Amino acid sequence: MHTAIDITGLVALYIFVLAAFAGWVIIGRVPAILHTPLMSGSNFVHGIVVVGGVYALLGASTVQEQAIGFFAVLLGAGNAAGGYAVTDRMLAMFQAPVARTGQGNRSARVKHLHAKKH
Amino acid sequence: MFASLAPVIVGAAGLVAASLFLFGLLRMSSPVTAPSGIRVAGVGMAVAVLASFLYAANVDAAAQPHLLVNIALAVVALTLGGGLAWRSGRTVAMTAMPQMVALYNGMGGGAAAAIAAVELLGVKTTGATALAVTLVGALIGAVSLSGSLIAWAKLDGVIEHPLRVKGQQAINGLVMAVSVAIGGWIVCAGAGVVEPVVALPTLIYAFFGCALVFGVLMTLPIGGADMPVVISIYNAFTGLAVGLEGYVLQNPALMIAGMVVGAAGLLLTLLMARAMNRSVGNVVFTRFGVAPGTRKQGAIQGSLKPMAPGDAGIAMRYASSVIIVPGYGLAVAQGQQKLFEFVKLLQAGGVRVRFAVHPVAGRMPGQMDVLLAEAGVPYDAIFQLEDINGDFPDTDVALIIGANDVVNPAARTDKSSPIYGMPILDADKAKKVFVVKRGEGKGYAGVVNTLFYADNCSMVYGDAQAVLVQMIEAVKSLGLPVAA
Repeated sequence: MHTAIDITGLVALYIFVLAAFAGWVIIGRVPAILHTPLMSGSNFVHGIVVVGGVYALLGASTVQEQAIGFFAVLLGAGNAAGGYAVTDRMLAMFQAPVARTGQGNRSARVKHLHAKKH
Repeated sequence: MFASLAPVIVGAAGLVAASLFLFGLLRMSSPVTAPSGIRVAGVGMAVAVLASFLYAANVDAAAQPHLLVNIALAVVALTLGGGLAWRSGRTVAMTAMPQMVALYNGMGGGAAAAIAAVELLGVKTTGATALAVTLVGALIGAVSLSGSLIAWAKLDGVIEHPLRVKGQQAINGLVMAVSVAIGGWIVCAGAGVVEPVVALPTLIYAFFGCALVFGVLMTLPIGGADMPVVISIYNAFTGLAVGLEGYVLQNPALMIAGMVVGAAGLLLTLLMARAMNRSVGNVVFTRFGVAPGTRKQGAIQGSLKPMAPGDAGIAMRYASSVIIVPGYGLAVAQGQQKLFEFVKLLQAGGVRVRFAVHPVAGRMPGQMDVLLAEAGVPYDAIFQLEDINGDFPDTDVALIIGANDVVNPAARTDKSSPIYGMPILDADKAKKVFVVKRGEGKGYAGVVNTLFYADNCSMVYGDAQAVLVQMIEAVKSLGLPVAA
């Protein structure tokens, strides 16, 4: 199998270093109140590993490779789907200050959040 | 034609995914924009996963006959793994969030390790550098998998006590050294420097075995209150493993996403360790609480003064300002809904109520914030340590629910205390302090909390939820008029 991109040693280091800086700077802006959703959100982001799992599974030529590849996709998909589900649920709960009255209905709260953005 | 176009599409999809991930994380810097952030990142993921099936256009000749089966297997694995995790993620209780995040994180580490296993066993990776990167990624991924599973078991109550044996660190060091040695041997054998002696697959299995065992051994001795650091570390580990395997697969989307998460996890790890005034190494190598009782405690003055929940509730109703300090005990008692119900009663009476959250309160970074959000507490009522600590002296009542070490004044004053130097919430400086606690036990650190013996402190014993119910009833029975 070949890919469109050929990343040699030094280019890989460039990518790693720049990505690490981007991660550090972006995450540094997140307030402490959002640390749990941030953690599960970044958890979701590394669920991209499922793409590598699909690559490994599609290129499998022995039963052993198929089995391990299947395992990789299974776990990767679990990582991505689970990470997304919990993050989305948690973020929907963070309530805007004005919505202090009329508690209880979450969809109303979410609607309020959206209304506030505009 | 299609065979040459497919990799370009996969590459472009990866670029789209990586950009959307970064943009999504950027939107997480405010509670208002954060919900759209995760959705943006979700779109990126969907694009990348769909495009990944185009790898089918360029598989090796050896894999050609199996291609249809492999595609079917991939679809089944995606549906099964994704479906099960989605269902669990949608239904899990908010109080169980730390173990759920640990579990999903372990899955990611396991996937990275499995990818490395396919590369290694199929001898698809050649060259010393690529082999070494594969192995390092495999090691980190495998440690993250087994370590996260142990963390999950601890948080879920399957394993109840930290397991510590004599010479733990020597054993851990030995297992680690053996896995590194086997890894080095595999690299050298792959480069043709040495003869493998035993069959290569055997070496590879031994390598993964040692790495998995190391993850278990490393996590077993770590106690509950250190979990915020541990979860952050494993998050960083999985990110790093994914990034490294991304290099092996020549997939920049994996490299970028993995390394961004690696850096994020590292930052959170350092923040958590700083909030406990300990180094990351100190947490991981668990020098904490190893020999409780051998330390001498400062002399304690005063006595524990019990108080009925109803009396405490009424006292707060007549206060003009209250700051609430929630801790893990609130999560255990599932008391967050009742707490907010009580808070609304106080607010209706014109009492100014705020929440003070310590960075390491709970079992993962920010866990208290999520619990309060679930109960419906607006986020402008929740304050972090540095923003509210100066307000305690002007506050009538500090209500501490299920928190202990994070309000222990010994951290400020007692140099012999193991938590000396840890930044704490200055709840003891409030005019009156109520502590809701299940019993007279010590906090996680095994340190006596001098606050509980202070003149201005009263103890309200009982399960947090039950206590709050009694407080609510007492305040309601007053039948006071509600402020406009």
